[in-house]
Amino acid sequence: MVENSGNIENILGESVVLTRKDKLLNWARKWSLFQYPFVTACCGMEFMSVYGSHYDASRFGAEYPRFSPRQADLLFVVGTISHKQMPILKNVYDQMSDPKWVIAFGACASTGGFYNNYATVQGIDTVIPVDVYIPGCPPRPEAIMDAIIKLQDKIAKTKYENRESVSDLKGEENE
Amino acid sequence: MSKQILEKILKKFPSDIVSSHSMFGNETVEIKKESFYKLIEFLKDSRQFEIDMLVDITCVDYPYQSNRFMMVYHLYSTTLKHRVRVKTALLEENPTIESIVPLWESANWLEREVFDMFGVIFKNHPNLKRILLYDSFKGYPLRKDYPITQRQPIVGPLN
Ligand code: SF4
Repeated sequence: MVENSGNIENILGESVVLTRKDKLLNWARKWSLFQYPFVTACCGMEFMSVYGSHYDASRFGAEYPRFSPRQADLLFVVGTISHKQMPILKNVYDQMSDPKWVIAFGACASTGGFYNNYATVQGIDTVIPVDVYIPGCPPRPEAIMDAIIKLQDKIAKTKYENRESVSDLKGEENE
Repeated sequence: MSKQILEKILKKFPSDIVSSHSMFGNETVEIKKESFYKLIEFLKDSRQFEIDMLVDITCVDYPYQSNRFMMVYHLYSTTLKHRVRVKTALLEENPTIESIVPLWESANWLEREVFDMFGVIFKNHPNLKRILLYDSFKGYPLRKDYPITQRQPIVGPLN
């Protein structure tokens, strides 16, 4: 029929790029991480320096902060979270729409840091799920960029069917 | 100047001063609870001292003593640059003291913090409720007998 038969890319020419749906979605998601900075303590200084022009987080498509959780994909928990603050953080997390990711920024957000007392939550992962932890008090900007890259890798490996909310939907269809 | 303050206080309240000392230009008087308010008023209203700033109010918990809570007030003169520290001891079973909000507005939040952390009751305080912790918090965390590992999370486990 056509000379180049058997190779669909040749048939369609350069007007179309073929990929898997998973891959396309993940590619789009990993380069447009709109983040919600939840900044409560000293780690915020380091956060500001990463998001300033010097370290330039926009190289990873993650520079644009959204101050409404509804529009954010990535929750940056930066700093010490007290027990009084935790309900607010949980509320913010619950308001974010799927798909969403969480980065625990610094020792305090990851584990409570050296604040082992009546006031401080011993790691935000006791209440909300965390994708990437950044160690350090505060972490270096390089560590933060490393975390963003790690998160991108994680997003790239996500299988569409594996996402919890999607499998929930499937369950409903089967019923 | 500051030495003279001490002398004047001793002269004015001869029988109420428990102890006093002076170090590095820093005057400290410990006074009985009954005359404490009068002393603060005296220091504030005496023109000669020019004490115009309440720097801090705090409390120290000495467990195993009947005079368990030591209230500490730091006063400062921004013009003459001297400081006076006023201390007064409160009984364990009755940690109550006169509020100095009528003298210094800024005492409002400082006293609320002491109430929050030590459970000291300030009489005549306009709004004595917790300032840093949440209302559901039980106990007073800076008292020495508050268990060091006791947490009271609003959400999440008792980690
Ligand atoms: S990890 Fe260190 S720098 Fe970061 S919020 Fe905690 S104490 Fe501050």
